[in-house]
Amino acid sequence: MANLKNIKWKHYINYVVIAVFTVVFALLSFSGVLKSSDLYMLEKIAIAIMLAVSLSMVVGFLGELSLGHAGFMCLGAYLGGKTAVILEPILGEYPALLVSLIVGGLVAALFGVIIGLPALRLRGDYLAIVTLAFGEIVRSVFMNTSNESFGGSLGLNTPRFDKSVLFVIALVLVLLCLAVTQNLIRSKHGRAITSIRDNEIAAKATGINVTKYKLIVFAVSSFFAGIAGVLYSYSNFTVQSSKFSYNYSIEILVMVVLGGMGSINGSIIAATLITFLDVNLQTILTGNLAVLQDLFYALILILLVIYNNAPSLKGFREKYNIKNIIEKFKQHNPSKIKDDEAKWDRVPTKIEMDEVLSVDVHVSSNYTPDKSEKEEK
Amino acid sequence: MKFIETLINGLSMGSTYAMISLGYTMVYGIAKMLNFAHGDIIMVGGYTIFITMSLSGNPILGLLAAVIFCVALGVTIEKIAYKPLRGASPLAVLITAIGVSYLLQSTAQIIFGSAPKMVNIANLGNVKFAGLNIPLYTLITLGCSMVIMIVLSLFVKYTKTGRAMIAVSEDKGAAQLMGINVNGIIMITFAIGSALAAFAGLFMLMKSPSLTNTLGAMPGIKAFTAAVIGGIGSIPGAMVGGLLIGVVEAVSLTIPVIAPYTDAIEFLILIVILLVRPTGILGKKRREKV
Repeated sequence: MANLKNIKWKHYINYVVIAVFTVVFALLSFSGVLKSSDLYMLEKIAIAIMLAVSLSMVVGFLGELSLGHAGFMCLGAYLGGKTAVILEPILGEYPALLVSLIVGGLVAALFGVIIGLPALRLRGDYLAIVTLAFGEIVRSVFMNTSNESFGGSLGLNTPRFDKSVLFVIALVLVLLCLAVTQNLIRSKHGRAITSIRDNEIAAKATGINVTKYKLIVFAVSSFFAGIAGVLYSYSNFTVQSSKFSYNYSIEILVMVVLGGMGSINGSIIAATLITFLDVNLQTILTGNLAVLQDLFYALILILLVIYNNAPSLKGFREKYNIKNIIEKFKQHNPSKIKDDEAKWDRVPTKIEMDEVLSVDVHVSSNYTPDKSEKEEK
Repeated sequence: MKFIETLINGLSMGSTYAMISLGYTMVYGIAKMLNFAHGDIIMVGGYTIFITMSLSGNPILGLLAAVIFCVALGVTIEKIAYKPLRGASPLAVLITAIGVSYLLQSTAQIIFGSAPKMVNIANLGNVKFAGLNIPLYTLITLGCSMVIMIVLSLFVKYTKTGRAMIAVSEDKGAAQLMGINVNGIIMITFAIGSALAAFAGLFMLMKSPSLTNTLGAMPGIKAFTAAVIGGIGSIPGAMVGGLLIGVVEAVSLTIPVIAPYTDAIEFLILIVILLVRPTGILGKKRREKV
């Protein structure tokens, strides 16, 4: 029991929540309560979460901007979908799904490493444009394939799969994706990855193998993007290359930024919320009104980034930070303080000591020397 | 003969790209940010020309209005969206720029709808010269952009403002200590870039009259590619990159086997050049310090 107490539950809360959701929805689905549109939405949410979490690894933790995430997904969707089409008559439904997931993921991971290689030589903005270029190349290659191979402009038709089971598989894969990313991020390797984000040259100087970690992150991230692509091909029955344009990469990026960079739970929440809104608003906003949604996202994106990053708003941010407010609230609640525990908790840290020791050097008209006398007493 | 026609067409397309990529490269050189919304300024310029043309019918007036409106818009965007983020991480600025790009596109679609608008500027016809058959608009595009690029180069090299721009791009802090108004210079850079985008909008509408809210998106990305190929931050680099991309595009469009892959080829050139020379053809190498 002692072991259980030591586990930091907040680190595992997302697994628990998603697992509970999966079980609940699976039960609902088997009892026939859920409509097919609900199942479709669940699949979409699972795919979005996987994409957002995997992109969050590159953008939020490695600190490189990738604008080609849809390209990796496109690779997974086409190659996984094609594998499924070929294998389904031979192996049957489930083994074909498994093999195509692995194929889609591995091919995408391979290309992730190939794209990761220029990432070693290029910094920030340059890498963003290379990944963007990669996404567009993948898309235009698949768009111009012949009808027999990958369907060309008509799109590739993929096998139909039992809808009431597919979303459960998708959510289980989301759990797998979370397990891999979270364990990677929280390990020693994860520390190395975040140190590359914070200062690459300093990280290199402390002996971190930047090459290795960049390639690992790119490979893992694109692996899950590829798997999301395979799921997408199963969920939609058809794969159209026009879906995977650079706009879709940006949509995923919006999820990551809205969720908060460097926060996996944030990405999950934002992906769920945006997909939920997307699917629901599609039926309400039609025609030219559909653009209102884009307008709204754009405005939120701009305002949020400016609010979170503007150097001039730093004081404001610290003052109205939710965490700080909760902290303050906790301090003013006397019932929370137990015995001496509270006092022992608050060992003065260096920052607080600095505050205590610092002297005001603002010499103004209302400067009174007796302030220092008071302190002596 | 056919080849020379293709080449001239390519140079004309390339000079349009060069005009756009000059905007990217100057802003990058001076504000150290990628202005993703630059392509959409072209689109705004296109719609301004469309409105002015449907009111007055005069393309010159349309261009003038487009230049004024684009400059105002470019400077406003800089003031509202980018200025608060000066000193923040490049990633944050880039994402804001992407947001601005989306904002412009969706606003245009709300105002003008998604159906393409037809802007027939003037039927200019073709020029027959020594066995060549060249549309007049290609020559106008080529001539105008050459003049603009030469004027711009001279402006940067010989005027006080231009030299201040070079100083700011070299070292912002030192330039400020020398009494240069850095914020003012950044504003001027955005204004020049937006004016060039308005010209590019006119050239693109002369080539094909259909105008939608994504008019600037793909050319914007290609011009951005051109700027990176040439070495971002370098003005001659942007011109070289733009012309290169234009010629490659024109040539590959005439070969039926590779024509569908034109975009892919252009992006592949970018990746290859960046792998060989990570700072582009004419880019300067920068040492990085902790």
